[in-house]
Amino acid sequence: MTDEMIKQAIIGIINDINPDEDTSNIDAATRLRDQLDLDSMDFLDIVMELRKRYGVHVPDTDYEHLASLDSCVNYLRDKMAGKELVS
Amino acid sequence: MTTDQQQQGFNLKAEGKRVLRGSSGGRLQQKANPVEKAKGEYDVIVIGSGLAGLTGANVMATQGYRVCLLEQHYNYGGLATWFKRPGGHIFDISLHGFPVGMVKSMRRYWSKEIADSIVKLESIKFDNPQFSFETEFTRDDYTNKVVQAFNLDRAHVESFYNYLRKMEYYNNDGTTTGEMLERFFPGRNDVHRAFMEPITYANGSTLAEPAITYGIVFSNFMSKGVFTFSGGTDQLIMKMRKILAANGVDMFSGAQVERVLVKDGRVAGVRVNGREIKARSVLSNANIKSTVLKLVGEENLKPDFIEQTRAVRLSGSSCQVYIGIKQGEEIPFITDLLFCSTAERFTSEELCDLRTKSRTFSFYYPKTRPHLPNAGYTIVSSNNARWQDWQGLDEVEYEREKNALIERTLDHLEKYIPGVREKIDHVEASTPRTFNFYTQQMQGASFGTKFEGLDVSMKLSEHVPGLYHAGSVGIIMSGWLGTVNYGVITANKMAEYLHVAKAK
Repeated sequence: MTDEMIKQAIIGIINDINPDEDTSNIDAATRLRDQLDLDSMDFLDIVMELRKRYGVHVPDTDYEHLASLDSCVNYLRDKMAGKELVS
Repeated sequence: MTTDQQQQGFNLKAEGKRVLRGSSGGRLQQKANPVEKAKGEYDVIVIGSGLAGLTGANVMATQGYRVCLLEQHYNYGGLATWFKRPGGHIFDISLHGFPVGMVKSMRRYWSKEIADSIVKLESIKFDNPQFSFETEFTRDDYTNKVVQAFNLDRAHVESFYNYLRKMEYYNNDGTTTGEMLERFFPGRNDVHRAFMEPITYANGSTLAEPAITYGIVFSNFMSKGVFTFSGGTDQLIMKMRKILAANGVDMFSGAQVERVLVKDGRVAGVRVNGREIKARSVLSNANIKSTVLKLVGEENLKPDFIEQTRAVRLSGSSCQVYIGIKQGEEIPFITDLLFCSTAERFTSEELCDLRTKSRTFSFYYPKTRPHLPNAGYTIVSSNNARWQDWQGLDEVEYEREKNALIERTLDHLEKYIPGVREKIDHVEASTPRTFNFYTQQMQGASFGTKFEGLDVSMKLSEHVPGLYHAGSVGIIMSGWLGTVNYGVITANKMAEYLHVAKAK
């Protein structure tokens, strides 16, 4: 999975859990929480969806790595290697 | 209601079985073997089907785990429940109202259909000797009303909300809710009442709790209004059961879990109705204290954890009066939720006094169950109560106090619906003893535990790997929304545990 596809995977999850959010203009370097109306349950849902869709496990000590799209990519690059994007 | 019955002070025993008094009977005969069809082993066994247990079970099942749900009562839902009485009455126990966050949680962890059935309450009223107003309980409208009623500076009220919203549960600095209210609104017992009373009704908390518990719960509510489930609790639980069945969850009611089995320091399963069922993990939705002290047992735990669990205080209990309006009779629209009191001043003690003058009326109009062609009117009155006050009464005193509670409640209701007694054909009361009887919660706890219960609940798996707890704990995880979300949070931890355990 390319870096761009990892971003797509995260945005796809956010679109599904929060259909009312506009995710078309997310700045990858800025914290997701500062751009979108996401609470702690939303982040938990991202973790659960990563597990469900991609078999990727994020222990709670690593939740901070999901802060922005860029940090997600850095954190997930190895974990998502070789996986197919689920839409 | 006939004059004769009124003169008897609602001692409706003459009516025989039409009026059940709550804490006797009411349970179906135990099935010979309620878990006969259970498999020998599961990935997850869930003990108890309160909203946290149901939601935890569903989240685990949708993640692909084999889940078994065990409920001691014949009905599912825990305190999210209802009962039926002759005359077409359906009484909802805890449907009073929840924050808007429930829509999101139902959509994500249950179904769009359930989420779409959530509707906003039209009106909430406060009425007591200090103030009286009606509100939608949205942030805007409620702020307008308190600014007006108490002549407050709007910016100051907003700064109070913002302060509450920034509170996080891990930075509890020991300030109590009472101290915080006093700091923001010094000497204003009336303002404290407006902010605290609804929350006490919602979760049993007092002015003495850590301010953080208030901050989180109040912020959840102070948003887009108060919501309810159109269709009634029975429809909600039925829909949830269908979803669980579709997701492959094995469900057994009348299943009394006797022990959580611990082997080599880890959870190994449960013993239920004398039968041992293996499980890789267990989620207890029973009371946290009974989970630790009764189901796990002291021999499997360190003494300091036992001590910590013993020290957890319960959040108190409730009394309710269930009032059924005769088929064909109508009552006018008063409001959906009425927080009312005849007590001159607000104190947390008065609210849970045996003979409190404060109560919440939940009015259920035909709109509650739009799918029923002749849905009627029911009114449920709730007040906070202490187990200690009710526990020691002998049968005669108990009946007398229950009847007095019913009388006080109907007198109070007459103030808002004159002549309502003439329209009633069913009335009965429940007490902390009733809650204890049906839910097996220690001391009839109807709101879970005080703040310190959260730490015990969250750390349970450190003491018995594979064993988790979710349910009403720590005040902030109480109420329908709190307990649903806590079920999800715990399920997520369990999925991680099962993954790591498998990898090893």
